[in-house]
Amino acid sequence: MSWEQTFGIWLAAAFTLGIVSFLYRDNIFYKVCEAIFVGSSAGYWFVTYFWDNLYRKFYLQAFDPVSPHIAPWVGFILGVLMLTRLFGAKIAWLSRWPLAFIIGATAGVYMMFYFVSNAMLQIGASIKPVFVGSFGDIVSNVLIAAGTFCGLVYFFFSKEHKGVFGGAARVGIWFLMVTFGASFGYTVMSRMSLMLGRLDFLFGDWLRLIS
Amino acid sequence: MKDYHRPQLLFQIFILPLVVILSLTSALTAQEQPVIPADSIIHIPAPTSNVVAVDYVYDRGETVELTWNLSPDDTIGGRIDGYELTRIEQSTGKMDTLEVIPAGISYYKDDKLTHGHKYAYLIRSVYFGAKSSPVSSNIITPSIEIINWRLANLFAIAFILCGSVIYFIAHAKKGKKLFIRKIAGLEAIDEAIGRATEMGRPILFVPGINDMDDVQTIAGITLLSRVAKVVADYDIRINMPVSRSLVMTTARETIKEAYIGAGRPDAYNDDMVRYITDEQFGYVAAVDGIMVRDKPATCFYLGAFFAESLILAETGNSIGAIQIAGTAQPAQLPFFVAACDYTLIGEELFAASAYLSNEPKQLGSLKGQDVGKFVAMIAIVIGVLIATLAELTGSSSLENLSEFMNRLFTIVS
Repeated sequence: MSWEQTFGIWLAAAFTLGIVSFLYRDNIFYKVCEAIFVGSSAGYWFVTYFWDNLYRKFYLQAFDPVSPHIAPWVGFILGVLMLTRLFGAKIAWLSRWPLAFIIGATAGVYMMFYFVSNAMLQIGASIKPVFVGSFGDIVSNVLIAAGTFCGLVYFFFSKEHKGVFGGAARVGIWFLMVTFGASFGYTVMSRMSLMLGRLDFLFGDWLRLIS
Repeated sequence: MKDYHRPQLLFQIFILPLVVILSLTSALTAQEQPVIPADSIIHIPAPTSNVVAVDYVYDRGETVELTWNLSPDDTIGGRIDGYELTRIEQSTGKMDTLEVIPAGISYYKDDKLTHGHKYAYLIRSVYFGAKSSPVSSNIITPSIEIINWRLANLFAIAFILCGSVIYFIAHAKKGKKLFIRKIAGLEAIDEAIGRATEMGRPILFVPGINDMDDVQTIAGITLLSRVAKVVADYDIRINMPVSRSLVMTTARETIKEAYIGAGRPDAYNDDMVRYITDEQFGYVAAVDGIMVRDKPATCFYLGAFFAESLILAETGNSIGAIQIAGTAQPAQLPFFVAACDYTLIGEELFAASAYLSNEPKQLGSLKGQDVGKFVAMIAIVIGVLIATLAELTGSSSLENLSEFMNRLFTIVS
């Protein structure tokens, strides 16, 4: 193993331990690791954005010697407008334009996508015969139909949750909580695998106690 | 003596094993060759018939559907490898071999055409390199259709939903009151700010890690305007670390407006909102540090969160802060529900935003979405009933109705 690799492993181990030391309490090692992590990542993203956006997406396309594109100038002008807030209140309002453009364009682009994936297909999948197949199938189908219906009742904001409607909403929140519980357990297990990965690094790559 | 035996020894050691190895290799290689049926050498497969090219409707004039009858050798003897397709552009006479469609399949969708051009297709049956005579299709010109009627159901439902939203926005703009039920989490917001005031400790507001192009971040910023108003009124310290530059800009403007509204513009400070880094876990490390050092009385997590949700909520819990969270990320909601005092679940985040802003646009949108949910509930109840009855009774009319309900919510592009 080269000395660069060895140095890298020791550095990674030191940072891992420094960050994990936060579990005990806030301390100088954590503060050092935090400052380096934040500073280096901010610098990394600055450089990444510069080369990806200003250079590749704007400069190379706008100043293409064969066929220069006009579209990148739109992004450039919107970007420059963002900076107007640095030059006094008189022109600072111009910085709202790029924000409005981003929010409006995103809403338009994603509206149908979300409507199809989060609404139409979900409703379509819920419409199925309930009393069909084995006992397990029947229970599963009833739970899907009832859970979806009661969940929708819970998120209905035009009526108070009282009486039968309130009862259905309560059932809906129970369905949600059971789902959250299952999801919590699943995700905790996946986080355990991340922790095992770090332990594997510390005891394997760094300390060489395990092969 | 040794000289006489040398050639023999050479033969035994090198030549003989070499010959054996070569023989074995040759035999193995021969086994790996595909077994060619004896009759295939002379067997020319029978051609297909009835090759029909049809313009694919409701597209941008780039697609043609091709169908044909299987070769008799495919259906009876199974002596077909596939069908070789060739496209001919009529104006230039350019011929492109497309691909060999496996035996048993009699359909092909060619979606690399130019609208307005004329095309024809040739199909040859192929069997071990032997090809039948080509069978030609009709000449077809793919055309553009402006409206995709396959998506008529999507249009109808979207029309109802968008129409409801526009109607209720217009209704709210006229000053008519739109009823929205009380959202429990909103009372908790006031209580949490009050606690920070009593304790004389700051408030931490985390708007998630997505940019302003995420509707959850926008909802979080709308709730920030409410929080900032109370903060400005009671002169509480607010700390808002952000991971996106656009969010920083918007949040600063929101808080500044709240301070101006409270008549205390001098009390506003740009440092209330600080950019940390775009890096997810770098940001989390910094926010955790801020939490344990500043010990805020109240933490708000309102926006789009990912793997950092539990790290933030656990740290906030460890310092004894009141925590109010809200996100529409299904995978992160369990963590907030487990670790926070109150959680705005999914659409409650947007509803809370509309409720607090009292803006006609937001209120109207929320009411319009309620119409959509009502339609969904009715569709599920009716659809499930019809599908179940159709299954139990076997009635063909009910089956047709059930099929219609399914098609209503199926997207065919």
